[in-house]
Amino acid sequence: MPMTMTQKILADHAGLDSVAPGDLIEAKLDYVLGNDVTTPPAIKVFEKLGVKEVFDKDRVLLIGDHFTPNKDIKSAELNKTMRCFAREQEITHYYELGRKEMGIEHVIIPDNGIVLPGDLVIGADSHTCTYGALGSFATGVGSTDLACAMARGVTWFKVPEAIRVNLNGSFKKFVTGKDLILNIIGKIGVDGALYKSLEFGGEDISALSMDQRLTVCNMAIECGAKNGIFPVDNCTLEYISKTNPGRFNKNGYKVYTADEDAVYSDVLNINLDDIDLTVALPHLPSNTKKASECSDLKIDQVVIGSCTNGRLEDIGTAAAIFKGLKVHKDVRCIVIPGSQRVYRQALDNGWLQILDDAGCVISTPTCGPCLGGHMGVLAKGERCVSTTNRNFVGRMGDVDSEVILSGVPVAAASAVLGRVGTPDEL
Amino acid sequence: MKVSGKVFKYGDNIDTDVIIPARHLTSADPEHLKEHCMEDIDKSFKDRVKPGDIMVAGKNFGCGSSREHAPVAIKASGISLVIANDFARIFYRNSINVGLPILECPEAAAGIKEGDEVEADFDTGVITDKTTGESFQAKAFPEFIKNIMASGGLVGYTESELRV
Ligand code: SF4
Repeated sequence: MPMTMTQKILADHAGLDSVAPGDLIEAKLDYVLGNDVTTPPAIKVFEKLGVKEVFDKDRVLLIGDHFTPNKDIKSAELNKTMRCFAREQEITHYYELGRKEMGIEHVIIPDNGIVLPGDLVIGADSHTCTYGALGSFATGVGSTDLACAMARGVTWFKVPEAIRVNLNGSFKKFVTGKDLILNIIGKIGVDGALYKSLEFGGEDISALSMDQRLTVCNMAIECGAKNGIFPVDNCTLEYISKTNPGRFNKNGYKVYTADEDAVYSDVLNINLDDIDLTVALPHLPSNTKKASECSDLKIDQVVIGSCTNGRLEDIGTAAAIFKGLKVHKDVRCIVIPGSQRVYRQALDNGWLQILDDAGCVISTPTCGPCLGGHMGVLAKGERCVSTTNRNFVGRMGDVDSEVILSGVPVAAASAVLGRVGTPDEL
Repeated sequence: MKVSGKVFKYGDNIDTDVIIPARHLTSADPEHLKEHCMEDIDKSFKDRVKPGDIMVAGKNFGCGSSREHAPVAIKASGISLVIANDFARIFYRNSINVGLPILECPEAAAGIKEGDEVEADFDTGVITDKTTGESFQAKAFPEFIKNIMASGGLVGYTESELRV
């Protein structure tokens, strides 16, 4: 039976020759992830299980990013619980603030060379789907799943069917992967890919850099998808040759390709030339509109960061747009490099100086305002253009505040203009 | 493993807020949750339901939030099985993890009526409406899912797997 890329990865990890949509399988996990919010309840269940040790201390990833540096006493307790557990279990991939490996989970896990093509990953965080950009299967689960997976290194899955997304053509100036995924969500809706995989392919996937593919897969969950996945090409191999030369040189990864005659529940053919700079207006990621049609919307804040758009390329794009310009007098612009490594690289490249000169504030790597935690929470009636992934009611603060999602070029241009706008207007 | 009981029938898109309203989430205690299960669409459910009874519904059962409280509330009410056209993704996962048996079978969901006596066999996936004599074929669960159900959920199953 022909299989999609996702189905092949699942079959292999379940020790089966083939699987079909709807099959229930039990599969071996390469990595299991938790953060400072979801790990503490999982530790409770883990202790109840009476297990002494995690299944593999190199394969359990524990990252404190949501409320770090600890924003209050409660979050300090959560992080302390996770830290103590990580030390006790001698977890390899637990890092303290400020170390070069540290940052937002979905930024550092690809960037530290942990997840590679062909891996099977679950994480107690819905944006775990980000790593599909590397040709791996990655999906979000709950805390009970995390606890049991930490104990046994296996979990169960229902095999998904897939929507095929073919990419052809090339992006117009300033248009990025963020505009692409917002367009897809706008087209199919927030439940358009419920329980399914979004499998990308087509002539021109090379139009997207690795940083952009990570952005695209990051938001697969926003249309209900179980995972998003890109085929492995030269771009992927070049990326992993740098992030994990050891495993790369030993061929410690596996390239899966979808069968030519794999069955898809739907096929979307997208011409990248047709995509415009896009925003998602409050309060759903599917509420999309051309950025150029929203210039009447005044703003109070801009956030450039998060696991969606806090990567090196994003900070570079922001710096290129802000160069020689100033943030509008009525706007606060918060730039949050997604990891300590991104922060340092941006510093070495002179980008942080440009941003600082423009009047942006540069934050320590953290999820921060993305989930309304800290470092830029909104007051009643305030409006923010943000490069994050969710604009639900109250996501960044007061229930009467508004978040408009965009890519970095629109966010940076809007910060200068004091309203929603595009770089062409600068 | 077989279950049998009387049917409580509901429609499409029964969401987690209907199954257990958010105002009752202050406690995750099953005994507390079962007191409020389905109360917003079926006030007398909690008084009429008997251990072993079966819930039958239409499309997209359990849509909405990811709260594990929803399948816990249904299970604590004594429901032995939920049959539906299909289930929302996270509800499906949570049900199995908390040990609430569920079967997807559009034909059964359409054919079975409120109050019918129904029997289901998890080993074969056969659902029999004893009131009408009709029977339906759902996909049977693989061995490990049956074991998760028999252990009362993922935690119990993981415990027993770790022992062997
Ligand atoms: S940056 Fe936002 S979406 Fe990403 S992991 Fe943090 S809170 Fe979640």
